[in-house]
Amino acid sequence: MLRYTLLRLLGAIPTLLLVIVLAFLMVHAAPGGPFDAERALPPDIEANIARAYHLDEPLPKQFLRYLSGLLQGDLGPSYRFRDHTVNDLIGGAFPLSMKLGAMAMALALVLGAGAGTVAALRQDTLLDRVVMGFSMTGISIPVFVVAPILVLFLAVQLHWLPAGWSSTTGTSRFVLPVVTLALPQIAYIARLTRASMIDVLGRDFIRTARAQGLGTMTVVRLHALKPAMLPVLSYMGPAIAAILTGSVVVEEIFGIPGLGQFFVRGALNRDYTLVLGIVVFYASLIVLLNLVVDILYGVIDPRVRRR
Amino acid sequence: MKNRILLAVIALLAVLTISACADAPRDEGQTLHRGLPSEPESLDPHKGRTTQAAEVQRDIGEGLLSYNATGELVAGAAQSWEVTDEGKTYTFYLRPEARWSNGDPVIADHFVSSLRRLVTPETAAFYAQFLEDLVNADDIVAGRKAPGTLGVEAVNDLTLRLFLDEPVPYLLNLLTHPSTFPIHPGSMEQHGEDFVRPGNMLSNGAYVLEEWVPGLNIVVRRNEHYWNNAETSIDRVIYHVLVQPMAELNRYRAGELHITSNVPADAFQTVKEQYPDDLKLAQNLGVYYYGFNLTKPPFRDSPELRKALSMAIDRDMLTGKIIGRGEKPAYSWVPPGVTNYKPTVMSFASLTQEERNIVARRLYAEAGYGPDNPLEVQLRYNTSDFHRRIAVAIQAMWRDVLGFEVTLINEEAQVLIANIREREVTQIFRLSWIGDYPDAHTFLSILQSGVSTNTPGYANPEYDSLIERAASQPDLDRRRLYLEEAERVLLADHAVIPLYFYVSERLVSPAVGGWGDNVLDYHYSQHLSLSADE
Repeated sequence: MLRYTLLRLLGAIPTLLLVIVLAFLMVHAAPGGPFDAERALPPDIEANIARAYHLDEPLPKQFLRYLSGLLQGDLGPSYRFRDHTVNDLIGGAFPLSMKLGAMAMALALVLGAGAGTVAALRQDTLLDRVVMGFSMTGISIPVFVVAPILVLFLAVQLHWLPAGWSSTTGTSRFVLPVVTLALPQIAYIARLTRASMIDVLGRDFIRTARAQGLGTMTVVRLHALKPAMLPVLSYMGPAIAAILTGSVVVEEIFGIPGLGQFFVRGALNRDYTLVLGIVVFYASLIVLLNLVVDILYGVIDPRVRRR
Repeated sequence: MKNRILLAVIALLAVLTISACADAPRDEGQTLHRGLPSEPESLDPHKGRTTQAAEVQRDIGEGLLSYNATGELVAGAAQSWEVTDEGKTYTFYLRPEARWSNGDPVIADHFVSSLRRLVTPETAAFYAQFLEDLVNADDIVAGRKAPGTLGVEAVNDLTLRLFLDEPVPYLLNLLTHPSTFPIHPGSMEQHGEDFVRPGNMLSNGAYVLEEWVPGLNIVVRRNEHYWNNAETSIDRVIYHVLVQPMAELNRYRAGELHITSNVPADAFQTVKEQYPDDLKLAQNLGVYYYGFNLTKPPFRDSPELRKALSMAIDRDMLTGKIIGRGEKPAYSWVPPGVTNYKPTVMSFASLTQEERNIVARRLYAEAGYGPDNPLEVQLRYNTSDFHRRIAVAIQAMWRDVLGFEVTLINEEAQVLIANIREREVTQIFRLSWIGDYPDAHTFLSILQSGVSTNTPGYANPEYDSLIERAASQPDLDRRRLYLEEAERVLLADHAVIPLYFYVSERLVSPAVGGWGDNVLDYHYSQHLSLSADE
């Protein structure tokens, strides 16, 4: 297990390097620079700024400068937010995004698995169809449609929940963003769980358990749930990526100062260091989390471990 | 085993939920909530660039002069001043009671250090050439002279002298800008570049920076040592960074904001009906225009064509029906609201649109175009529903009056700006110019040949010489004549098509008192008050 983990981590390094190089090239290929604006700068001032941020150096030199900073854990100054470093911005924004993402993931797992299980147990009944119908809508309706509708009704009209993020309210401001972010995942997980649960419930060992007199809920809890969740666990990798990208839209709509929002802003502002920093961060995160999922898979399913 | 995992998940959820409930900051005293349409790039007086940054900076600092609620120039950190040497020497007498937020007095040397830092190349200040007429300023920015040679002098602790190369009648307006605010040298020594961090940053203004959560908000609190603190009513101001206009509007509707920075164009009519008293519209110092690329055909050599395109646009319909927010149609380049100036209007301003159309068609034909040879040209604008709507309307006007179909191309803002600079692919482009100070110079000087802000590439020696003569003219009336003549030349050349003059639109809660509409759209929090039930 340890060897496996170490090998996987080592293998991640070339991947990350490739990501950094590609991102660096793409970001510099976009027309326009970090300091362009409608109001053009006089040439002397432009020269001073270029010098201060090393933008007058040849591209390979800039890349090596960035890489050496990266190896020391320094993601550089933000070109756009001159009072903050990229480390500052990511450090400040990530806990919030992580909180939202984790809550959305947890909600999605609990509700999704629950709905899928219920649907599987009541297969082909009205309840099954209703649950699956809802989940279909969750997948079909895009986040940027659902979110404003929810805000309009629940916040602006009914005043039950806050319309956005502000530092003067408490838990309630998490509800709408987390629900919005979780909705598509609830749907996917419900469908996966249902299919998987139906499959597991048809297996011999379940029949044995039933024959021994165990009630349905006990059977599900003790014997069916774990194997049924395996496909869901495999889905966790893509799900995490989906939540990361989905968070960009949700953060925009609710005005949440998370990483997704900074990513978009950074791209639009040509804030090279911020964009690169977030790309590196996201890439490392996805690699790491996928590794965790693979290890968990081995933990939950002993048959995998023996391989 | 799985029970334990389940338990762990539940515990994690519980911890997250509880930590999310953690203390919302308790409001002490009166707190004003304002919207900002974008994150300030910096609150360092020398590193700010956008109007949003300046809005916050004006609350946490004060220059030699300032504005009152109705936009009139008033004394700030300086209580009086003298102008001598034909407008080239300014002597400022500082307020003896002015204090920094740590109690230290504000002295002339703080301004000297600040202005030197502004022009120092290493600072890489966007506004380094704001006071370019200070002796040696240009040379210092270009690295040819040392910052110590700048034409500023601290005669004594309370007397500051500025030396100019040429008279600058609007210098007093310039000295309200955040890039001219003083800095505290002791603070810089102690903290280095971190002197702008909340907690470190000292302020000589009505408020002090308390907290800055990037992407979320900026919190400032009352500066007890401010010389005019007794007149400051509001204790705390929270600027909420709300990039989406609709999100800002929703917050206002939900009662969470007192002042918005904008009104979304799509919701304008609804807002006007629902909040007629909260909606504040005021003339603003900005012009929305279409520029020509004057360095290439077809517009380089064809003034008749340029004039035809300009005349065929029905500006009254554009501002009245298509935009409909109270903007004024622009028949000149310099907007109303600048001091000591009477804007020239284009020769066809007094004609009816029908008459203009007839002349436009004739000019179009004179330029060599017609039904067999329609003009083929592209109009570029930065992607936005609002700009698109205007472009589509003008496309229709040109089609109906002149019979050609302009190709509309929308580009991302940064891409458009890069294209405008390079002058390779642009033919007609949409842009705007917002003035920094209420003087015609800020609008006319940008079209001198060779300056970076000259987006069309306009190069008329007569225009250049008029602007230069105006710049060195100490007599205000003579200066005004030069500027007005320069605008006449510019408009006759039709280097640009001004479309309308900006209007600032904000929603201001009825609970806010002391609000004054002004052409600069400056609203210092220290002039405002909140009624008791917030």
